[in-house]
Amino acid sequence: MKVAVVRFPGSNCDADALYAAQGAGHEAGFVWHRSTDLEGADVVILPGGFCYGDYLRPGAIARFSPVMRAVAAHAAAGRPVLGICNGFQVLCEAQLLPGALARNAGLSFVCRTVTMRVESDATPFTARYKPGQTVRMPVAHGDGRYVADAATLDRLEREERVVFRYVGGNPNGAMRDIAGITNEGRNVVGLMPHPERAAEALLGSDDGAAMFALAGVPAGV
Amino acid sequence: MSRFRARVRVMPRVSILDPQGQAVSHALGELGFAGVGDVRVGRAVELLLDAGSADAARDGALKMCERLLANPVTEDYVLETVEPA
Repeated sequence: MKVAVVRFPGSNCDADALYAAQGAGHEAGFVWHRSTDLEGADVVILPGGFCYGDYLRPGAIARFSPVMRAVAAHAAAGRPVLGICNGFQVLCEAQLLPGALARNAGLSFVCRTVTMRVESDATPFTARYKPGQTVRMPVAHGDGRYVADAATLDRLEREERVVFRYVGGNPNGAMRDIAGITNEGRNVVGLMPHPERAAEALLGSDDGAAMFALAGVPAGV
Repeated sequence: MSRFRARVRVMPRVSILDPQGQAVSHALGELGFAGVGDVRVGRAVELLLDAGSADAARDGALKMCERLLANPVTEDYVLETVEPA
């Protein structure tokens, strides 16, 4: 599988995401945000960080980077896109996922390992998990409170598009304890916690490694 | 072409928790200011725009609000003034 990790100015988990993808046996490379294509990638990862310094709002400027047209086309073609933390914020700003990530309810930057329940295995990134399974991954964010209007939240629940939910404590006040969601096509996933920082036992948890397995994703479409 | 100064106010939507506003409200109480209720913290954006008319500048600024300056999920915006700069 060919994996592209997009680098924006201010991305800081790009190398970790690349390492996790390579660890899962994929050919992975960086794509600069000024690029207008994804260099033949099968799967795109928007990594964590603070692109454009979070100016205006996290992800607000990055969504207009040239590469985002290619990411939108990739998503529209039903091909896999994963946004981690800042990457999730970018996907929401780009309206590839519904809702928004607002300032944490407690105002503090939260940096610790959280527990989530896997709610859906119907995405390319969660196919290796069992629904109901709990996983532990770190969060590190100041703007991770998932918000959307009630109709959007109800629709996400009804269509089983909440992918991860915080259990045993909600670190940021996210509505309905939502940690990660997917789009209608189930090919775009965004989550606040960092699977790439939980991809090896040495890091304290390897619960995130399965997100990079990408089993069943067709290559070279 | 003339130059205009447009002022936009972007505020967190009333239905959405504003933790910054809560913190400011709390801090004002701690400082001894009595009677401070709900506080909301937004941002002001000032734009210098070259446009053929004030209306054109206003139209441009509104499009900028929709496209970038405010998040339609969490924020409301008001174009407060457009005046010759």
